[in-house]
Amino acid sequence: MTGPREVRLSTTPTDEAIANLRLGDVVYLDGLMYTAREGVYMRALEDKANIPMELPSQSAANFHCSPAARINPDGSFDMGAVTATASFRFAKWLPEWMAKTGAKLIVGKGGMSSKDYKEYFVPNGAVYLSTVGYGTGALLGRGVENVEAVHWNEELGLAQAMWVIKCNRMGPFIVASDMNGDCLFERENAKIAENVARVYEGTKPAVLKRYGESDDRTDEVI
Amino acid sequence: MDKAAIEIPQDYLDGLKHAAATEDGDLSSFVLKAMLDNYEAAKEDRRAMCGDTGVPRWFVKMGNEARVEGGMVALEAALRRATANATNGVPLRPNRVHPLWRTDHDNNVGIGAPEIEYGFEPEGEWIDLITVHKGGLFGTDYRMLFPSDGMEGIKRFYLDTLMAFGKRGLACQPAIIGIGLGGSKDICMCLGKRASILRTVGSRNSDSRIAEMEDEFKELGNSIGMGAMGFVGKNMVIDCNIEVGYCHTGGMPMSVHAFCLSSRRAVARIHADGRVEHRTDPDWFTDYQRRETVEWEPQREAAE
Repeated sequence: MTGPREVRLSTTPTDEAIANLRLGDVVYLDGLMYTAREGVYMRALEDKANIPMELPSQSAANFHCSPAARINPDGSFDMGAVTATASFRFAKWLPEWMAKTGAKLIVGKGGMSSKDYKEYFVPNGAVYLSTVGYGTGALLGRGVENVEAVHWNEELGLAQAMWVIKCNRMGPFIVASDMNGDCLFERENAKIAENVARVYEGTKPAVLKRYGESDDRTDEVI
Repeated sequence: MDKAAIEIPQDYLDGLKHAAATEDGDLSSFVLKAMLDNYEAAKEDRRAMCGDTGVPRWFVKMGNEARVEGGMVALEAALRRATANATNGVPLRPNRVHPLWRTDHDNNVGIGAPEIEYGFEPEGEWIDLITVHKGGLFGTDYRMLFPSDGMEGIKRFYLDTLMAFGKRGLACQPAIIGIGLGGSKDICMCLGKRASILRTVGSRNSDSRIAEMEDEFKELGNSIGMGAMGFVGKNMVIDCNIEVGYCHTGGMPMSVHAFCLSSRRAVARIHADGRVEHRTDPDWFTDYQRRETVEWEPQREAAE
């Protein structure tokens, strides 16, 4: 069995480098990456606070992550393990975020829908990279060469703050969307769905229904 | 707490190694290998195995002769202090926030956090401090079933939960799946959660018919065709543990829980003379904890 293709990618990637990525490729990142999730999105987009970085020239990689990290009394940082949080919850802010920051790599857990990819990832020249596992926190932690800065820690707390990290062959990540707007997870779901009717043989629906319940097993909860 | 955050328990590791050896989905296979590398990296570097270090909580089990200096309030204070210290020390992610105001003390301590739950054994001068840092926004569900739903309904809800949260790997499978059957709604959730986090891979319920269900449900979950991260594969369930409690005669409440790829649990037994022994098997569900009778008469039960 041959493993997936491995690719090293800059966090300020060229359009060609992104176009070259295929679903299921394994990616290792080099360069600056910042964490931003609901706290950062709300502060930057809803409260209109100035983003404390030059984007996308410094980084076009947005990590949906809160690291297991601390700020030492002398102001230095220790970052242990790093993994992503589920990204579907951030779809509400992403179109505006991409337009504002030029983000090309959205890095997180579980990906978005192909509808999201087609509507605003592809037009912005962006793809989604999924963490592996989940999660390979220690492996990703090893890929953090340095913590460059922590922004908005006082306003948002350690977990929601904007961490700026310098990646050195940080990975593995898996390419979960491409420039067609195709979605790796939906492709896998479709394959699995073929078998589902057989697995459900010998079961029956619950006597008491739940409000709004669906029996369609190709549905997703995100 | 450091051990729980950094070192994958051996029983889970053995289960995952077995899964990795049998997995033939190419993406799933890659993921499982990466996870095995990750456990090594965590141990070598002494860093947490996952960036989401879960929500630390405590299960305290005491032998009946154990006495705590300063009383239970002192014990609870010590556990809260340990949680704050470990958060800063390992470091753990300060996950705990106020549900409405999102206040974060950056130490995993707050209102009702960490939870501390208690169990007892009829003999012994020791106290077991069991810490579990379960991850967890996805993978858990509850449903009120009824006796007429029967085994077919139980299987349906089990598969529904695995399917719903297995897609895209939201449940961070392959996982130790815990099923709670019975109790009232809140107790049903506790039973299922404890089945997933306080029992080890390979353990079986002392009721032989439930033990058979555990084997069957493990197999059923692994026959979906879904593996790690929701990719095509055949390893979704590292093991399935079922715990029961007596419930209302009209109902059959059921809960399903997934203890993820970073199954963080560790136990320290503190003896009366101050010795501390570490292990990873909580040994929570003993005959005493599962007792059915009014009085506890161990000799009689043993003779049966």
